Amino acid sequence: MRKSGRSSLKSNLKSWLYLLPAILFLGAFMVYPLIDVFVYSFEEGYNSASQTYFGVGTYNYSYVLHDPYFLQAVKNTFILVIITVPLSTGIALLISVGLSSIKPLKNLFQTIYFLPYVTNTLAVGLVFMILFKKTAYTDGFVNLMITWFGGNSVDFMDGPYWAKMFVLCFYTIWVVMPFKILILTSALSSVNQEYYNAARVDGTSGLRIFTRITLPMISPMIFYLIITGFIGAFKAYSDAVALFGTNLNASEMNTIVGYIYDMLYGDSGGYPSYASAAAILLFVIVLTITCINLLISSRKVHY
Amino acid sequence: MEVTLQNLTKKFPGRGRKKREDVIAVNDVTFKIPDGELIGLLGPSGCGKSTTLNLISGLLKPSAGRILFGEDDVTDLPPENRGIGLVFQNYALYPHLTVKQNILFPLQNLKGEARPSREEMQKKVYEAAGLVQIEDLMDRKPGELSGGQQQRVAIARALVKMPRVLLLDEPLSNLDARLRLQTREEIRRIQRETGITTIFVTHDQEEAMSISDRIVVMKDGIVQQIGRPQQVYDNPENLFVAKFLGNPPMNVFEGRVKEGRLYLGEEAVLNLKGAADRKVYVGIRPEGFVLQEKGPFSCELSGVEVMGRDISVVCKNASSVNPTVRAVIGTDHEVDTENDMIRFSLVSHKVFLFDRETEERICFEAE
Repeated sequence: MRKSGRSSLKSNLKSWLYLLPAILFLGAFMVYPLIDVFVYSFEEGYNSASQTYFGVGTYNYSYVLHDPYFLQAVKNTFILVIITVPLSTGIALLISVGLSSIKPLKNLFQTIYFLPYVTNTLAVGLVFMILFKKTAYTDGFVNLMITWFGGNSVDFMDGPYWAKMFVLCFYTIWVVMPFKILILTSALSSVNQEYYNAARVDGTSGLRIFTRITLPMISPMIFYLIITGFIGAFKAYSDAVALFGTNLNASEMNTIVGYIYDMLYGDSGGYPSYASAAAILLFVIVLTITCINLLISSRKVHY
Repeated sequence: MEVTLQNLTKKFPGRGRKKREDVIAVNDVTFKIPDGELIGLLGPSGCGKSTTLNLISGLLKPSAGRILFGEDDVTDLPPENRGIGLVFQNYALYPHLTVKQNILFPLQNLKGEARPSREEMQKKVYEAAGLVQIEDLMDRKPGELSGGQQQRVAIARALVKMPRVLLLDEPLSNLDARLRLQTREEIRRIQRETGITTIFVTHDQEEAMSISDRIVVMKDGIVQQIGRPQQVYDNPENLFVAKFLGNPPMNVFEGRVKEGRLYLGEEAVLNLKGAADRKVYVGIRPEGFVLQEKGPFSCELSGVEVMGRDISVVCKNASSVNPTVRAVIGTDHEVDTENDMIRFSLVSHKVFLFDRETEERICFEAE
């Protein structure tokens, strides 16, 4: 028995040796920073230049949670998440079902719908700004349309909160859509044709085929998109910058990640402790939502 | 329900870049299936048997020809209005639904007056499940069932609406050998109990022969022969049918008829009447050889395979088309494996002659 015990120890050692490179890299660049951020978030008044701090406690959290800019950022992020994730997934589903039911020029349309994915977000933001922005010389394309149909022009970029939020949501949906369409069209095409034939023989109506066969079949992919969509939307930052510039607090369009960035490097920056606390809060929020998502999906996704 | 196919043809557009010739999968097929029979559509892969089945089901539209169920012309009807049940090769059970929900699915599609009440639906589902004996699996998911059980569920789902015609596409190909034997008897039993006209597709001649009332042998989209299994086996109309049926397959030789005698190489193996002098293909069933010391037909012995029930003698002959000749003989004969040569006499009704050109059967009388 001793002999086999020793040989198993030896093979254990070997397997750890094989794992070592991965463990080293992940530890140095993922686990250590994570722990470090956690530690920072409890060190009050940490100064990165002198590497000193006053004490340990939860003051950083209480500061962040009482900061109106942070609360604004949380509100913005939640609105963004709640509006864009279901809408973008739903619209992507509609478009992919449409795409997979047409035959001629299918590939061309698929390419067209995928194009935004390979376009730079900042460039897209610029185009959106031109479409929506109201200047002294022009009302912008969108306002032109609104006034044509008899509405009043709205200043989308510097105007009321809901208008700015509308542009941000519109932009976010537009940017995330191609990836979702790509995933969903491939999921739809991987559903075995025999199921549809079987349903046809049984005289199943189109709507029933979609709700009782297609949707359950691709439900794992839909939930994957919803979960990654939630995570992605919670981490939104560049979208807001692309539209409203770097001073997001002034335009009331800041997101949680934007707040963290501002705390580190922005004009009001230099507070790594507050940034760490906000980052940990974001982590907790995303973790909670993802757990809820997984719980629901394990109940709804059947196979 | 009597099923009639009239000049049924299906062409698929060619895919080639230069040669865009249509592929004719089913070519002018005409036959009639009597009410309440079990029919085996038999042929090698690519012979058009599955296409024929899909034409009958309505999943494919024929390029020409008509399909009649009884007196009704169903050629232009969509599948759901034909009153058919279809069992797919891979069963196509919905993986997210339980067995019960799967069987219930076709009933729930019914609308208006045709839709049974909730209790009736339950009753029908349990009737269908009882027919294939899966009542104790009703709350399982298809993924938790064995291949044979999935097959039964698929049949129950096809039967629950009491179709006029039941269609089975390669029903046994996904089962292991033992289960295959069992399931084919099961299909036979279910068909007998329900009396539903049933058409099934297979490439396995043994499967088709064993349970069919009639078999339809197809090749390259053309029906080669239709008839009762024994009749087709005993009287193949051409070389293809003769070679396709039977296990081990028929031995084929190049021979000639000369002055009322059949020659294989230099040996006159059979006296016959009614066949003109010419070159022929000679088909001899493995059971058509009789071990005889002074027999007229000699072969070079290469080995003996003992099967238990009988013995396979594997030998070589110069005029054989195949590399080896296989003869099946009873176990009461001793084969002396020391000898290099072995001699047979032939059973005349196990010997078939075919034209060298057309490969059609040449009839003869043995003397």
